[in-house]
Amino acid sequence: MDVQILTFIIVGASFLLYIGIAIWARAGSTQEFYVAGGGVHPIANGMATAADWMSAASFISMAGLISFMGYDGAVYLLGWTGGYVLLALCLAPYLRKFGKFTVPDFIGDRYYSQTARTVAVLCAIFVCFTYVAGQMRGVGVVFSRFLEVDITTGVVIGMGIVFFYTVLGGMKGITYTQVAQYCVLIMAYLVPAIFISIMVTGHILPQTGFGATLSDGSGVYLLEKLDGLSLELGFNEYTSGTKSMIDVFCITAALMVGTAGLPHVIVRFFTVPKVRDARYSAGWALIFIAILYTTAPSLASFARVNMIETINGTEQTGTKYANAPTWITNWEKTGLIAWDDKNNDGKMFYSGDDRNEMKVDRDIMVLANPEIANLPAWVIALVAAGGVAAALSTSAGLLLVISTSVSHDLLKRNLMPNITDKKELFFARLAAAVAICIAGYFGINPPGFVAQVVAFAFGLAASSFFPAIIMGIFMKRMNDKGAISGMLAGITFTAAYIIYFKFVNPAANIPENWFLNISPEGIGTIGMVVNFVVAFVVLKLTGDSPEEIQQLVEDIRYPKGSGEAQAH
Amino acid sequence: MAFKNEEDKKAYWRDNLSLMLKLLVVWFVVSFGFGILLVDVLNHIQFFGFKLGFWFAQQGAIYVFVVLIFVYVRQMNILDKRYGVDEE
Repeated sequence: MDVQILTFIIVGASFLLYIGIAIWARAGSTQEFYVAGGGVHPIANGMATAADWMSAASFISMAGLISFMGYDGAVYLLGWTGGYVLLALCLAPYLRKFGKFTVPDFIGDRYYSQTARTVAVLCAIFVCFTYVAGQMRGVGVVFSRFLEVDITTGVVIGMGIVFFYTVLGGMKGITYTQVAQYCVLIMAYLVPAIFISIMVTGHILPQTGFGATLSDGSGVYLLEKLDGLSLELGFNEYTSGTKSMIDVFCITAALMVGTAGLPHVIVRFFTVPKVRDARYSAGWALIFIAILYTTAPSLASFARVNMIETINGTEQTGTKYANAPTWITNWEKTGLIAWDDKNNDGKMFYSGDDRNEMKVDRDIMVLANPEIANLPAWVIALVAAGGVAAALSTSAGLLLVISTSVSHDLLKRNLMPNITDKKELFFARLAAAVAICIAGYFGINPPGFVAQVVAFAFGLAASSFFPAIIMGIFMKRMNDKGAISGMLAGITFTAAYIIYFKFVNPAANIPENWFLNISPEGIGTIGMVVNFVVAFVVLKLTGDSPEEIQQLVEDIRYPKGSGEAQAH
Repeated sequence: MAFKNEEDKKAYWRDNLSLMLKLLVVWFVVSFGFGILLVDVLNHIQFFGFKLGFWFAQQGAIYVFVVLIFVYVRQMNILDKRYGVDEE
């Protein structure tokens, strides 16, 4: 059957599944809308968290990024998994015991301050919007490549689906659709990876194929081959990077701590019944995430060897363009691959020096993989469905945080404390609907800086939420003034650094000008330190938090009697 | 509070913190230590087809992370039971 028709069928079937789940899991109260009634099984929650977490960027771009970065790609692999250890050990159980709906709820109550709450709400909304715009764009790209509709139509279809199950089902609908989306996306990721691993190394598991010898009978290890090829072609050795050690350290730390401070991830741990479940759930989430994150670097190396050999030929002399495989010409149409025959020999050549004649976009590594490996049409269709699932699941989670922040933190807890549950639910749905439209707008008209703002989102979360929550749990004495000034100092420092290098003076964005050699991507780590230091100093000057707050902190440290997540 | 006395309550928190810190040390060592700070040293060691430091950075540390969380869950369940604060 034609690839196009198969893709329509598989993507369409996955949409029907999501809609069916949404109708089955309608939300009837704010409790169900915000935290799925607090009755989600830890394994289901783990899957939902994994889908929530793994965005279009993880699914489509990460393996490609790693394949171009080599060792340096570890910043994403470590950064986006290690944060779960922090979540499980230092945050999730205590926040679950605290038993509110949102991160600003915790910050506002723990620091007994509307100012703290408002600062937290604004950060949460900002972080989520920067993220969600990128997701909508991801849906558009997948649609335009695989279904050949234009990006606008793709975004509108994606918006429609998310609108339906977010507005109707709230957290309850989202949770169960995310479970389904996880299954779709992980299948879509693993199937081509396994095929390619078998093809390149003869190993079924990509994770072991990564360290195995090539199946061409040469007895050379895959990574040895890749290191050799990279050097020969004027790139850096694949297994050693180009970034400075301190930069790799700081980027990894900022991503880890940022992960642990992202509101759409934290809120997932409010949906399980008990403190113990919150701990388990973080473990399951990491298992489900690790399946993709340990496959990605393997895939990255297979894809790189494959790509170099296809373009340059096994003799490294170049392949005649006339004999190029069809995937090259297919993807040339999208502009993700380009060939410029500089020496007019009719052959393609890819390298890291002036012999190079190819422009290869990193996103191609995952999307074109099934074609590169000559896999059957249904695998290509599955990859399309997986990309859409990854983008939709993350958008829904983010949109829910935005809507909760507006209806719960801003209206119920701030401006209109007396509204009924029903009214609040109405506002939550309204806020979700408005947020989807704004996100869709940015998906269709992406601001040129989407990629840059992602660093912003992590830096902000790392330098604001994470220290505030950690001190809230582990330092009874921390007071409102300390926490607020810490958050403001951390955010201001981080934002100023990123804005300067990314927007004000991008030409100066080179290692020589960076503070301690730390790039804007990694500066959140320093922002976090600034936050802690300022908070401590202010605490020393202003005196300990009041007795009843210390009592409240005592209380969240012990699991007994967590009860249901509740408003008050 | 279900603790028998104030002493128990303090002890529970102390045990919790010490477990957490121990696991965080491992967390730091396998990722930031083996994967980043010591990567050049460990890369002299061959581990199947990998250089060991590279393997920790792109594979090994992630497996250890998963194990760490489940060790924490198990130990905390035992701790909760011992001090009678487990939820049933």
